[in-house]
Amino acid sequence: MKTNRERFGLALIAIALIALPFVLAAAGTAWVRITNFAVLFVLLSLGLNIVVGFAGLLDLGYVAFFAVGAYVYALLASPHFGLHLPFWVILPIGATVACLAGVILGAPTLRLRGDYLAIVTLGFGEIVRIFMNNLSSPVNLTNGPKGINRIDPFQIGPLDFSASDTLGTLVFSGPIKYYYFLLLVLLAVIVINRRLQDSRIGRAWVAIREDEIAAKASGINTRNIKLLAFAMGASFGGIAGGMFAAIQGFVSPESFILNESIMVLAMVVLGGMGNIWGVIAGAVLLSFVPELLRYTVEPAQMALFGKLLVDPEVLRMLVFGLALVLTMRFRPAGLWPETRHRREMDADRA
Amino acid sequence: MSTNLLEARNIGKRFGGVQALKDVSLTIRSGEIYGLIGPNGAGKTTLFNVFTGLYPRDSGDVRFAGVPLTLESPHAVAAAGIARTFQNIRLFANMTALENVMIGRHVRTRAGVFSAILRTRAERIEEAGIRRRAEELLRYVGISDHADDLARQLSYGDQRRLEIARALATDPKLLALDEPAAGMNATETAALRSLIEGLRDDGLTVLLIEHDVKLVMGLCDRVAVLDYGEKIAEDVPEAVRANPKVIEAYLGVGTR
Ligand SMILES: Nc1ncnc2c1ncn2[C@@H]1O[C@H](COP(=O)(O)OP(=O)(O)O)[C@@H](O)[C@H]1O
Ligand SMILES: [Mg+2]
Repeated sequence: MKTNRERFGLALIAIALIALPFVLAAAGTAWVRITNFAVLFVLLSLGLNIVVGFAGLLDLGYVAFFAVGAYVYALLASPHFGLHLPFWVILPIGATVACLAGVILGAPTLRLRGDYLAIVTLGFGEIVRIFMNNLSSPVNLTNGPKGINRIDPFQIGPLDFSASDTLGTLVFSGPIKYYYFLLLVLLAVIVINRRLQDSRIGRAWVAIREDEIAAKASGINTRNIKLLAFAMGASFGGIAGGMFAAIQGFVSPESFILNESIMVLAMVVLGGMGNIWGVIAGAVLLSFVPELLRYTVEPAQMALFGKLLVDPEVLRMLVFGLALVLTMRFRPAGLWPETRHRREMDADRA
Repeated sequence: MSTNLLEARNIGKRFGGVQALKDVSLTIRSGEIYGLIGPNGAGKTTLFNVFTGLYPRDSGDVRFAGVPLTLESPHAVAAAGIARTFQNIRLFANMTALENVMIGRHVRTRAGVFSAILRTRAERIEEAGIRRRAEELLRYVGISDHADDLARQLSYGDQRRLEIARALATDPKLLALDEPAAGMNATETAALRSLIEGLRDDGLTVLLIEHDVKLVMGLCDRVAVLDYGEKIAEDVPEAVRANPKVIEAYLGVGTR
């Protein structure tokens, strides 16, 4: 049971999250977009956390599932094939296809662990990207490096996510509508993650991470349970990918490079592998701080020195790298690590 | 006459140049405490690993509770009713003691991803049952005070107990313990002994590898002796103790 204090805190957070886009919109619609991408990264991190954080399987090709979801959406809702299915049909399809991709990656790698698994998953991520780059002939499936344009936005009845609506004095721009949708999906994903973590399956994942031999000997079918981790993680990636395609309006292989996999992994590790709240914090930090720097470094230098001394992009990567190194030095388990004793979850079970 | 729970015939296992097990046959009867002793490197742990499906065997077969045991996957062996502990304790170090035991219930429960996500009624009932049974077992082995502590924070003796509780959680017919008294002091060993006797009184069959010959002789109904991968004796403790081959293996000539 939750205490009144906790309820009050949750209500405050909810109000803040609901009001957030209008505050951001005052600073510029760009900030709403940045927030949307941050939420997408939170979703990706939560998906990867199942594989890396819970089950302990190091996956360096996670962006492949994001790509699969994005391309499924792009192919089924764009002029490329002349298909225009509604998003609520496509997102589940994307999740399913990504889930299958997860199983395809998982099945041959079940015996691998640690660095060997990392290399294979890295290769898998690259293979998916290369496919997308090259599946343009003889049949033009992906349109190659040019990618797919003019992807349909979300549409619910008369509500078009690419246009603005006004409600009294409030202006609901496209990004703001996507923001609320993303928030709903995020809420669902958090609930799903917490329930999984605190279930028979979630415990089995952690057991495999802790000691695979003991897990086997204790009666866990490690093969199936690992495949399940890959499949679940991949499905979340696929859903995030579909939303990415719709929000962005175009997809190309460039969006799904190794760097993105590493970025998501960094979010999981920085935040605290295995702890949902830590992972969310990691993803939010690593999404926003670089953008903040991007918007502040240039004006700050101009004001101070009258000219640009350090390229913002360079500084961004420098700060990013430094933050990671410092975190790993001083908080090796992440900013907000997993604590398994006296979890609140135990309390709301009882 | 008691029935046979486990019958192993002509088990062979080789690691490169080492013949770790050579034609080992043994029979464990329902309800007994069966001791397995032998010098270091005799192949005791290897035999455990073969029985529990962790190592593939080169030859021989095993019948358990009247049916052939395929020994292909450890989880299937656990499902069939053999549970084990490890010579070098293998707990889930960063899970709580309670969670460690809850893992043992995995094989006797069935909730999947969807029922967990939906928190169906059946899932909640099952989950409550898992928790209740795990708490019971922690009490049974005497470490319920540490239910919420991480396994790695437990004392050595408590870790051994926790491993037994986790094994018991799988509802085994045969509990196989690999040197459970190793590293324990006299008090802990005495407590372990009464725990094992209690298990037998509750009808469980126990296979016990032990270095502490006194403990084995005092506790076991029958004892087998392995030496260089071969079974050199199998009898009641008094007979084994008097067996010249056994005396030679333990006090034996030559370097070992
Ligand atoms: N995984 C393994 N790989 C290679 N050799 C092994 C392995 N496990 C055990 N052995 C060898 O098999 C023999 C029996 O070992 P073990 O079963 O651990 O003996 P015990 O438990 O009786 O002390 C030893 O010579 C040991 O070195
Ligand atoms: Mg041994």
